[in-house]
Amino acid sequence: MRKMKKVIGMMMVGAMTLSLLTGCGNNNKVTGSVATDGSTSMEKVIGGLGEAFQNDTGITFTYNPTGSGSGIKAVQEGRCDIGLSSRDLKEEEKAAGLNATVLAYDGIAVIVNPENPVSDLSVEMIADIYTGEITNWAEIGGNDAEIVLIGREAGSGTRDGFESITDTEDACQYRQELTSTGDVITTVSQNLGAIGYASVASVKESVKAVTVDGIAPTEATIKDGSYVVQRPFVLVTKADKKLSDAAQKFFDYITSSAANEIISAAGVVSAN
Amino acid sequence: MKKNQMLEKIIHGIFLLLGLITVGCVLLITVYLVISGIPAIREIGLIKFLFGKEWASTAAEPAYGILPFILTSIYGTAGAIAIGVPIGFMTAVYLSKMASPKVKEIMQSAVSLLAGIPSVVYGLVGMLVLVPGIRKVFHVPDGASLLAAIIVLAIMILPSIIKMSVTALDAVPKEYEDASLALGATPIETYFKVSVPAAKSGIAAAVVLGVGRAIGEAMAVMMVAGNVPNMPDSLFQSVRFLTTAVSSEMSYSSGLQRQALFSIALVLFLFIMLINATLNFFLKREKE
Repeated sequence: MRKMKKVIGMMMVGAMTLSLLTGCGNNNKVTGSVATDGSTSMEKVIGGLGEAFQNDTGITFTYNPTGSGSGIKAVQEGRCDIGLSSRDLKEEEKAAGLNATVLAYDGIAVIVNPENPVSDLSVEMIADIYTGEITNWAEIGGNDAEIVLIGREAGSGTRDGFESITDTEDACQYRQELTSTGDVITTVSQNLGAIGYASVASVKESVKAVTVDGIAPTEATIKDGSYVVQRPFVLVTKADKKLSDAAQKFFDYITSSAANEIISAAGVVSAN
Repeated sequence: MKKNQMLEKIIHGIFLLLGLITVGCVLLITVYLVISGIPAIREIGLIKFLFGKEWASTAAEPAYGILPFILTSIYGTAGAIAIGVPIGFMTAVYLSKMASPKVKEIMQSAVSLLAGIPSVVYGLVGMLVLVPGIRKVFHVPDGASLLAAIIVLAIMILPSIIKMSVTALDAVPKEYEDASLALGATPIETYFKVSVPAAKSGIAAAVVLGVGRAIGEAMAVMMVAGNVPNMPDSLFQSVRFLTTAVSSEMSYSSGLQRQALFSIALVLFLFIMLINATLNFFLKREKE
């Protein structure tokens, strides 16, 4: 880690000397590198954007999938240029001098086993299920089977997103807390009574995403806000420190409409 | 002559240095764990930390009680020992005393192979086979439970127990057994009344080694135990171990939560030190 920092540092020094040598006249030619760090849920979208950016400009792009909390901390401590968070910044984080720019919206799909006859739930029902008010699928028109609640570990961006949207913070009666989206999907696909949540982009055919209040999680419904179980993908930057030229260029590129295609290819909905 | 002595000294120094690397690592880890583990304990309070029954690290009003993790680790390890030791011990007696050389060779390489399987593979098989199996056999809504973890751990500690017990049993002087047989004891009587008592320190060390392995395992357990910080009231409850408490929350943690994770690691470290001390005690007794 420290070594990487060193390498990046050296690259930046190199970039600075280069720009000094070439003078100020040549503004379009930016060299250097962009380091991003944060949310694992954003891997698909930021990876696609970074690759396209690197191909277009030749600027080196790195992404360190550590999780929203770590990414926010990394940008705060100056260990990366742009932090990636799959939740809104908390008040104390904003107070610590961080800026948030929404890059895209990610719908969180509520998933059940494909053989489960239940295919529509309301947000209230989801909340009741996860807080243990509803414990059997028969109560909501399904088979007579106990509902098995699958969730993510404390601190996960998806869990935080799901619980804040459904207003079930600290009240969920999980049966299992798993540490990755893949584990959640595998577990739900194996248990007839299971219900779980995962970002829409990563839902596979082995599970069924239910409609919420009659609305399926699609790009259109997430963008117009009618599908309500969704969360923002946020770019975190330091308010009091200017981005390096390379990082600024990357930032401008991914928030421009030119990036929309790549963002939607990753299964999330662009905010710009 | 002088040149030789010089060379001898230099090589001696190099070996000393290499040996010190290990010692240095242990010291570094110990000091680091103590330094980073103490602040959270001080902030939360030792009694509240060790005996608190609720863990809710990211709640609006966080609670940092690790009693569920400690009990789960103890129950899980005890369960794994209860299943793994009889199987491992009997296998060792069979391999050391009864099996033909050919069978012994084949079975011992199978045991070595079992020891070499990465823990994530145990976890994966457990997740895809054992967890659904428990659900069907016991008619519970979900199979990810303390029981699943115990079974996985019991299988994982088998190689350590078998290998070490076989070594201890093989080391029993043949004269003891010959004397017993000459006095008219049957082979089975001889093995259990002469060989096993003679090797008991080694076998006890094998059990302690198994305990150490079971209590320190994280990956496989994380995939089958469900990971909800419940008190382990039933075998079919979703539980979280000391190890998985650290690893499952580490990647997203911050602030006091992260410090508390270090404190959990410190508690785990103390457990392991205790187990190592016990192991050394048995090994020393065996030598004498």
